[in-house]
Amino acid sequence: MAKITLDNLAHSYSSKPKGEDDFALKELNHVWSDGEAYALLGSSGCGKSTLLNIISGLLHPSQGRILFDDVDVTQSSTADRNIAQVFQFPVVYDTMTVRDNLAFPLKNRGADPAYIAERVQQIGAMIGMEEQLDTRARGLTADAKQKISLGRGMVREDVNALLFDEPLTVIDPHMKWELRTQLKSLHHEFGHTMIYVTHDQTEALTFADKVVVMYDGRVVQIGTPQELFDKPQHTFVGYFIGSPGMNVMPATVDGNTAMVHGLPVDLGAGYAALAGKVEIGVRPEFVTLTDGAGLPVKVRRVEDVGRHKIVRAELFGSEINILAGEDQNIGPDMTHITFDPARVNVYVNDWLNEGEAA
Amino acid sequence: MEKTVNQKAWFLILPVLILVAFSAVIPLMTVVNYSVQDTFGQNKFFWVGLEWFAEMLASDRMWDALGRQLMFSAIILAIQVPLGVFVALNMPKSGFWSSFCLVMMSLPLLIPWNVVGTIWQIFGRVDIGLLGYTLDALGISYNYTQNTFAAWATIIVMDVWHWTSLVALLAFAGLKSIPDAYYQAAKIDQASRWAIFRYIELPKMMGVLMIAILLRFMDSFMIYTEPFVVTGGGPGNATTLLSIDLVKMALGQFDLGPAAAFSIMYYLVILLISWVFYTVMTNLDNKGG
Repeated sequence: MAKITLDNLAHSYSSKPKGEDDFALKELNHVWSDGEAYALLGSSGCGKSTLLNIISGLLHPSQGRILFDDVDVTQSSTADRNIAQVFQFPVVYDTMTVRDNLAFPLKNRGADPAYIAERVQQIGAMIGMEEQLDTRARGLTADAKQKISLGRGMVREDVNALLFDEPLTVIDPHMKWELRTQLKSLHHEFGHTMIYVTHDQTEALTFADKVVVMYDGRVVQIGTPQELFDKPQHTFVGYFIGSPGMNVMPATVDGNTAMVHGLPVDLGAGYAALAGKVEIGVRPEFVTLTDGAGLPVKVRRVEDVGRHKIVRAELFGSEINILAGEDQNIGPDMTHITFDPARVNVYVNDWLNEGEAA
Repeated sequence: MEKTVNQKAWFLILPVLILVAFSAVIPLMTVVNYSVQDTFGQNKFFWVGLEWFAEMLASDRMWDALGRQLMFSAIILAIQVPLGVFVALNMPKSGFWSSFCLVMMSLPLLIPWNVVGTIWQIFGRVDIGLLGYTLDALGISYNYTQNTFAAWATIIVMDVWHWTSLVALLAFAGLKSIPDAYYQAAKIDQASRWAIFRYIELPKMMGVLMIAILLRFMDSFMIYTEPFVVTGGGPGNATTLLSIDLVKMALGQFDLGPAAAFSIMYYLVILLISWVFYTVMTNLDNKGG
């Protein structure tokens, strides 16, 4: 278990990167605290796996350093870093039994046979494969194989960190839930530093203490699920987290008021003159349909998802989503919307601007 | 859907039947025909039943040839399979040098059998051949026309030179199909180089290796041209392998009856060994060998 520090880290797959665009992972400084569970969230190709492979040592970064508890490990091999990693697709040793698969990392490190036997039994129970310990891995189903991979990742107790690279992609939904819960309880029990890569926000938000959102090779926000919801630091975080994502619309901002297509919107804070591309973002949860006050909208569609209704509407030609209560009646007189002023965020060139307190 | 019954459909497979009949069945039946008859010339044949088979089974000549043949196949398999795998493991995995290696290794496979034989026949000659002359100059007694060991060494080295690349190419194809994640997982698990080979590479190569072994076995068991060109089966009968013996009998002595019986048994032996090998390997595979 260790604190992991990324110092000025960046990586490019081309050997002579010409500009920032050539970097799969842009310059990054971050400390992963000892014993915390992180989720690394982002769309495909945003550099999540690159970052993970750099931490585990499968990839050496083009620049910067990695420190485990203040020891520089940038050039160390994967084995020296003592890391466990589980991959997206199951990797099992076909010719071995389930038991031997689980014991393999321990045997390679020369652990005591009695300890191995006991530990393998324990992990076998944890992944629910106690009965199958003596069957060969070859004939098993994809999710059984992935459970073995997970088990192999968890079998060592002394690892510095446990890394997961979208490990539940191939597992069916019911089992997904169960395994995620087990990973969480494992985390509580042993307190490993865990980094969990995923593109599924539910998975990220339920698993992690802190979520790291990546976009285009850059970490755009690190925070608790609550922080990501309330104050997305970047418009991408707004879109990506939440279902549906945040509404973002172009605006001009002056003091406590924003103008959207010439109509005023109240803000929760005061702003000095802003330069660049200015937008305001409001989550659908904080948009209210009214029969008179506010901005004019045309309701296009109402989707009833059970707990609430999602209203798809049109505001000056662009789409806007509104969350309405399950029992709210959406009639033809609902032609306007208002925003909760405290929940309207202002973005300049896609980054959050908090302004001055009102 | 209702099945349409139309006996005329048989005509559609007629071309294939004719083709197979002329290319395989009829020639084979000729051999069967010879194996149960004898002749005193003038194209008059009479029935002798299984006499030729009994004669061949009792002849030391055939058993000796079979023994030499089995030894030859066993030796070349024991060399070519591990060597081919070793070469494949050490080849560059991608880029220019990978393609370069592949092309270089394919070259021996493209050379006709009798040319290979001629190359080695000349190469090994003590008077003008580079290999023979050099060995002789170094004081090593080497003469494949007189020394049994030298003759065997020559035809084995020749076969290894000619065919190891086939095993290597197949093994390389097997290796290339292993996803990177396996190697990454092995690194994480701190597997040794040997363990990576034993638990990842070998199991993933098993399928193609099986084909390689089968091909090399059948091919080496039927080998004729190369050793015939180099040693002609000599010195004495030291390198008279099954097919060389068969040709001597059929064309040299014109003993068509015994030769036909010999051919059929030869064919059955190859069929039997290949079948046993294939069955054992697939069984192992299903059990998760």
